[in-house]
Amino acid sequence: MKWLVAAAVVVLLALPAVLNSYAVTVFIFIFFYAFLGQAWNIVGGYAGQLSAGHAAFVGIGAYASALLSVQAGLTPWIGMLVGGVLSAALGTVVGYLGFRFGLRGFYFVLLTVAFAEVCRIVALNTDAVGGALGYYITFTGNPRQFQFQDNRAYYYVALGLMLVATAVVAGIERRRFGAYLIAIREDESACEALGVDTFRYKMLAMVVSSFLTGVGGTFYAFYLFSLQPNAVFGIPLSVEIVIRPIVGGAGTVLGPILGSFILSPLAEAARVYFGQGGWSGVHLIAYGLLLIAVVLFLPQGAYPALRRLWIRTSA
Amino acid sequence: MAVGLTLIFGVMRVVNFAHGDMMVWGMYLAWLLATRAGVDPYVGFVACAGALFVVGLVIQRVLVDRIVAAPHEMQILLMLGVALVLENGALVAFGPDPQRVRSPLSAGTFWIGPIFVDVARLVTFALAMVLTLALYLFLTRTDLGRTMRAAADNAYGALVIGTDVRRVYAVAFGLGAACVGAAGALVSPILPFQPAGGLSLSVASFNIVIIGGMGSLPGAFLGGLLVSVAESMGAVFLSPSMKELVSFSLLIVILLLRPAGLFGRAAA
Repeated sequence: MKWLVAAAVVVLLALPAVLNSYAVTVFIFIFFYAFLGQAWNIVGGYAGQLSAGHAAFVGIGAYASALLSVQAGLTPWIGMLVGGVLSAALGTVVGYLGFRFGLRGFYFVLLTVAFAEVCRIVALNTDAVGGALGYYITFTGNPRQFQFQDNRAYYYVALGLMLVATAVVAGIERRRFGAYLIAIREDESACEALGVDTFRYKMLAMVVSSFLTGVGGTFYAFYLFSLQPNAVFGIPLSVEIVIRPIVGGAGTVLGPILGSFILSPLAEAARVYFGQGGWSGVHLIAYGLLLIAVVLFLPQGAYPALRRLWIRTSA
Repeated sequence: MAVGLTLIFGVMRVVNFAHGDMMVWGMYLAWLLATRAGVDPYVGFVACAGALFVVGLVIQRVLVDRIVAAPHEMQILLMLGVALVLENGALVAFGPDPQRVRSPLSAGTFWIGPIFVDVARLVTFALAMVLTLALYLFLTRTDLGRTMRAAADNAYGALVIGTDVRRVYAVAFGLGAACVGAAGALVSPILPFQPAGGLSLSVASFNIVIIGGMGSLPGAFLGGLLVSVAESMGAVFLSPSMKELVSFSLLIVILLLRPAGLFGRAAA
């Protein structure tokens, strides 16, 4: 397994040498969404707290680093951490309220959606951050400002983000913390009865998850150079974040990556082939159908199913 | 006065993320009927309700039925999938531009004393009241309605006394969808609509249902009233685009303090 992972990383590192610019872009999106999915995975997959408002953290991180860079001249390499901390602060608030008041299942989903929507509406109505027009960053191509002439640089940054998040998740899974989170997901009351401080661990999961997602916001801002409140805080982005780990296998280390490798090219292909002439919703229809199929036939996601298949064929 | 309609949402007990999208489909059906067949939406809503009843029944039978026993999260994800399909299906079928149904009634207005009244809104409100009342009577006075409430209250108990719970669920789901379809058709002359509006309608209706109390019909009615009054106050005192902020803040507060809603019983 270790060798396989190492080999995969080497291949991914070498890949830009042979890919054209368009393929590199596709891979950037695969890595980026895998990264966001991985961050979501900590709280949504392992701890089983279905957050449908992760776009809020992306947005906070994106706006924070963009504003700091443009208004105060702070490099996004540091702004990234500031954005992460601010997102983690919001994550703490949402988590504290949600977990302290014992909101579970559907109620927690609604709480996270409500917070993300509040962020979206505030951003829409705050002229200082561009309001409904959006916020734009001027391209300078200066790497110290997190801007690169070469698409490949973004490729390596996105790959790096994904690998770091995956390492974090793998680390959590191996530790007691991960075991607690899984236990909370499976049976919270039993977990509590055994003396586990479930509130503390859920909070910790939420903080780590929202911090990582906030860091991802910086990449979003400085890769796309424009921030629209409806796009960065909107429910559709939250859906994009949630769907990858779910399809790939929530609560597994490789699930979000697998999910992103399945879904991002699918979305891209649908956009290329059906993007014109009023067919722009086709990739979301495909998402919907896939989501339905996964829930009905592979409730644990693709990765556990693949692994079972692998074990069966190799035995 | 679109408020009057939202109260219908209260009946549905399944966590239905496709709610708003069903409503959008109801609006588009009304629009199709009005433009292609010249049927006024105030008549056509019956057909819309019928069509969505079937849609709801099929979704329940084919999809939801298989995972009733599964965790809540799975239901949410499933309905999210359905919502995506419905919303973007509408986008592909009807295009992204907002539509509006013209009804001869929407031209008429009159004054009651100092109050300016729009006939279309009045009719919509009145029909919504009638539908809600009918639904309330159905749930409390008829056998099927009573069984439905029993199954919602305690599915196992209902099963023990010989209720076909699956059938009751299917009818409930279909009926819920029919209400949404009717609501969609009824507001179509008042509100412009577009496929992308589905999700925000879903969220708005959850808002109302949660604030009013899950599964409580009077709660949904008062919830709808409360939300719309709060939103109009927000529009007046803050700014028109901030009005949603008020209802979402209200939602957060209610979720935290009274998760069962203002009029609901304690949540399980």
